[in-house]
Amino acid sequence: MGIRERLSGNEAVAYAMKQINPDVMGAYPITPSTEIPQYFSTYVDNGEVDTEFIAVESEHSAMSTCIGAQAAGCRAISATSSCGLCYMTEMLYVAASDRLPITLAVSCRALSGPININNDHSDAMGVRDAGWLMLFAETNQEAYDNYLQAMRIAEAVSLPIMICQDGFITSHAIENIELVEDDKVKAFVGEYHPQHFLLNKDEPMAVGAYATPVYYMESKRLQAQAMMDAKDVIRKVGAEFGEMTGRTYGLIEQYQMDDAEEAIVIIGSSAGTAKEAINELRAQGKKVGLIKVRSFRPFPAEDIVEALRHIKSFAVMDKDDSFNAHCGPMFAEVAASLYAAGVSGPKGINYIYGLGGRDVRVESIQHVFAELEKISATGETGETYRYLDVRE
Amino acid sequence: MSHLAKDMTPNVTWKEITPGCNIFEGGTSAMVETGDWRTLKPVLDWDKCRQCLLCVPVCPDMSIPVNQEGKREDFNYFFCKGCGICANACPFGAITMVKDEK
Repeated sequence: MGIRERLSGNEAVAYAMKQINPDVMGAYPITPSTEIPQYFSTYVDNGEVDTEFIAVESEHSAMSTCIGAQAAGCRAISATSSCGLCYMTEMLYVAASDRLPITLAVSCRALSGPININNDHSDAMGVRDAGWLMLFAETNQEAYDNYLQAMRIAEAVSLPIMICQDGFITSHAIENIELVEDDKVKAFVGEYHPQHFLLNKDEPMAVGAYATPVYYMESKRLQAQAMMDAKDVIRKVGAEFGEMTGRTYGLIEQYQMDDAEEAIVIIGSSAGTAKEAINELRAQGKKVGLIKVRSFRPFPAEDIVEALRHIKSFAVMDKDDSFNAHCGPMFAEVAASLYAAGVSGPKGINYIYGLGGRDVRVESIQHVFAELEKISATGETGETYRYLDVRE
Repeated sequence: MSHLAKDMTPNVTWKEITPGCNIFEGGTSAMVETGDWRTLKPVLDWDKCRQCLLCVPVCPDMSIPVNQEGKREDFNYFFCKGCGICANACPFGAITMVKDEK
């Protein structure tokens, strides 16, 4: 029934990579994801995996390497953070539009400037429209579990996938973790047998064609369908993973939502802090709950609408800012989901929080719930675009 | 669902197009008429041509065919974009660029 260990989030992801034994890794180091290729290259050097480790000169080349390898018919992986992810951006779009199910581990970190190496979600959110599947983890365990499910999901819909965790908070903190046995991992993940691949001598193939306006839009519509189809695949793979480990995953996780009147919508490690805040508030009789978004791409619009439909007020927590003078990216997505579904009852506000490693405390989240309680009572949202824990 | 380039016509729907517009044949560029990009066209004066073949390797496309006897033949105007490099390379002034008209 699993192997009890204690690992940092980076170690856990590298260990998952080792258990999967992919064909090619192209990677370039950047804080705080550096340890992932570092640990993994040790496995390579010790002969514990068969992976071809390609040390490249940049993240742009790392992703290009993965694109070439995956198109050739291999399972290709990489890891990065922050400006490294930015530097990959051009190739991220190519990977998605060429429909190559590459797996990229992201230890999320702020973007410059001011220069900062700590956690927020600016890097991942900056590439949210690149066409990648994006799963976020609250804990080391989830980072590991998500990684084991990544290739099953990505390969089913022919889209690349990012497995995101919070830099330093989970990537470097060591936690107890339950690992899955090697043979079970191998059986669960399976072998990669693409229908078409460049090294198939019986079928000449061109990847990355030029598409004139006559074809481009049809190609994009097909790509959009793959993202829509991914919702069911994520649920199915998450359920199957649950049968194996007892840890079942969906697109979102709901915590204390059944009778909740106020809720927050949040991504990543701060969900853990928020759950503690909710436990304390529940002990005081307050009906508060949490929606944790596990899958940001595809965005679980329907699940979120159902969860928020009967709420009095909610706050969407964005660990990054869109600098559009009115809200962060997840608030925009949640608000659009509700509007499209014709749900206008719940009052919503947006908090930008935790930028550049700003500590998110239980009291921080309780402050948010206190504001929501006021909104529920008065029906007045006031300013919807707010910064949390910033010195005034 | 077809994966052949010849079935990727302007009528293809999004459900039928290949993922990523990937192409599952070799040499499909031979089907693409690039000649209609041309404004100037090269014309060969057969009397001046000494068959030195200096024009052949400088052609960026495949517009100057060479036969089995090792002699160049007339331009392949299906591909020729009218760049004029061959006219510049010819030491005998045998290639003239003229305005192309339909």
